[in-house]
Amino acid sequence: MRTPIAANPAGFSLRRRLVWQFVALSVVLVIVLFFAVRLVAERASRASQDAVLGAAVISVSDGIRPVEDGLEFDLPYAAFSMLGAMGNERIFYSLSLGRRLVSGYEDLPPPPEQPTDLSPIFYNGEYNDSALRLAAVTRRVLLDDAMQEVTVVLGQTRNGQAAIARETARSAAWVGFGFLLLVVPMALLAARAVIGPVDLLTGAVTRRGPQDLRPVRHPAPRELLPLVGALNGFIARLRATLQLTETFIFEAAHRIRTPLSLVKVEAEIALSETSEDETRARLRRMLRAISESSRSASQILDHATVLYRSEQFEPAPVDLAALASTVLRSVEPLAEMREVEIVPQGLSAPCVVPGDSRMLEVALRNILDNALKYSHDEGRIQVHLRQVDGQAKLTVMDEGRGLVQDDKHLLGRFQRGSNVADVVGSGLGLTIVEEAALAHGGRFTLTPGEEKGTCATLSLPLASS
Amino acid sequence: MRFLLVEDSDELAKAVAMRLALDGHGVDRAATLSEAAEFLESAPYDLILLDISLPDGDGRDFLARERMARRDTPVIMMTASASVSDRISTLDRGADDYITKPFDFAELQARCRAVLRRHAGAADSRRHFAGFTFDALAATLTVGDEVRELRARELRLLEILLSRPGQTYSKPHLIDRLFSFDEEVSDNAIEVYIGRLRRKLEGSGARLETLRGVGYRLIPE
Repeated sequence: MRTPIAANPAGFSLRRRLVWQFVALSVVLVIVLFFAVRLVAERASRASQDAVLGAAVISVSDGIRPVEDGLEFDLPYAAFSMLGAMGNERIFYSLSLGRRLVSGYEDLPPPPEQPTDLSPIFYNGEYNDSALRLAAVTRRVLLDDAMQEVTVVLGQTRNGQAAIARETARSAAWVGFGFLLLVVPMALLAARAVIGPVDLLTGAVTRRGPQDLRPVRHPAPRELLPLVGALNGFIARLRATLQLTETFIFEAAHRIRTPLSLVKVEAEIALSETSEDETRARLRRMLRAISESSRSASQILDHATVLYRSEQFEPAPVDLAALASTVLRSVEPLAEMREVEIVPQGLSAPCVVPGDSRMLEVALRNILDNALKYSHDEGRIQVHLRQVDGQAKLTVMDEGRGLVQDDKHLLGRFQRGSNVADVVGSGLGLTIVEEAALAHGGRFTLTPGEEKGTCATLSLPLASS
Repeated sequence: MRFLLVEDSDELAKAVAMRLALDGHGVDRAATLSEAAEFLESAPYDLILLDISLPDGDGRDFLARERMARRDTPVIMMTASASVSDRISTLDRGADDYITKPFDFAELQARCRAVLRRHAGAADSRRHFAGFTFDALAATLTVGDEVRELRARELRLLEILLSRPGQTYSKPHLIDRLFSFDEEVSDNAIEVYIGRLRRKLEGSGARLETLRGVGYRLIPE
């Protein structure tokens, strides 16, 4: 399986980032909400306390009457019962004539400024370790033939108010916590909805075959269109370069082959005409080198063909049995030259796979070529085609020198076994087979034969009926 | 056997013709398709070796026309491009086989023999020598009433020795013609096949003689 290569190992997850941002934003919102609710609750409870306190202080000051020998006043019960309604609060008062305390509690915090009339001044203060809300009014009375100012201060503890604020804040906190609990799954959902199209697009590009260079046509969100466009532009450039390379390789191989065949023929003739050992050895070396280069040229071409065709892969029904028979027939004369016997099995019944006949021809020929190359003279190659588990399995078993255990990379380009230095080869053949197999969604494996030799297996998925 | 070689590279054609002549085949050379058509009208051929790209057209079209006219002389296409599509289209158009340039002579001979064998009957491939009959296409040696099968290298060896009976062939020469150049072969490898052929020739009235330090030759007893 291929895994997409991360563009940058330090890349970040858009999804995670989205979720975190949703959550962080919500936390901030909840905190702001909490404080706002607390503030408003405090204000509201203070306003209601002030209203009651104001009315009470005014009605207390109303009850002040000058009498002959001083002041007389009633504490109006209505006012105090109003104050009592606000909860379990304690109430303090003081009545001063000018700066002199006439009645009530000493040391009540004085108002920040001296009130001048009956409109109350509200303020906070401390008394006996309790926080108080206080209201003060001033009233003028005629006493001893002079207008004198009587100041009434009424204070009330703030326990009830604090309790209300605490209660409200706690409710606000619970609401916020619940909200946060809801936000996490919602953020995940929202992130998925946003990232979904990106994932689909990634999947569509990742699932492609190794040589699939068609433009990406998968639907993408508008914001991603520039990226898809850039990707397609890149693919188009890559494709153009590949095509140019292929044309070049075809042309180059053609140009090299014709003069090479002349060199080869001349060398063979020279070899048959000379009896001098040194010259003969030299000519043989030359012929070997020519074989090697022409084989490489063929395989480079085959490779280009496979790359090109897997890029434009359009599977059609291919009878693998018939194709294998054709390839066997063309390899037969070569096998016969070395008295290698090719034993086919299972090639008489058709075995249809969806595929590209030319790619498969190249693959089969390279497998057989390889088996033949490493077979001993008078050896045997068994070609066996069968259908197992929805797969067409073609095994080619030779009796050659087999695999060296440590040679694990034989399928890589230009890789050759460590025990084959004396045989002409480019190391591309098996790569070609593997690439053709992969393009068909199949597999190619090389395993050591049971007793000797190598077993090459090409598995291709059969058409799903 | 009579071959027609259609190839526009003069040097290559000359060399191929010369090499085929060494095996005792008669080869006519044509450099263009029209020349090839003239040759085909004037004489029967056992096999045509046809290049794909020729100055006056595509060898494959020529082949298609031949097959349309129901002339079924076996054809081996010679191609320099070696691309798969070329190979497949040549076979689709009625070629019997193809060979990719540059080719081994041994491979060309092997392919020619395989194609000729499939068309056996068209040509008489039997030769008589001393007391035996050799059929190169059937790969048999007949001594009296007894038919002896020949393996590929025995057959090839006998073919070479029979092309000029009495002539001495050196070990290196025989190796060159029996083994592919891709193989490392020791000089002694040939002795195995000489031994085998000698046994097949027993009682045939011919003898495979060893000339120590010189080589081998086939002579009547």
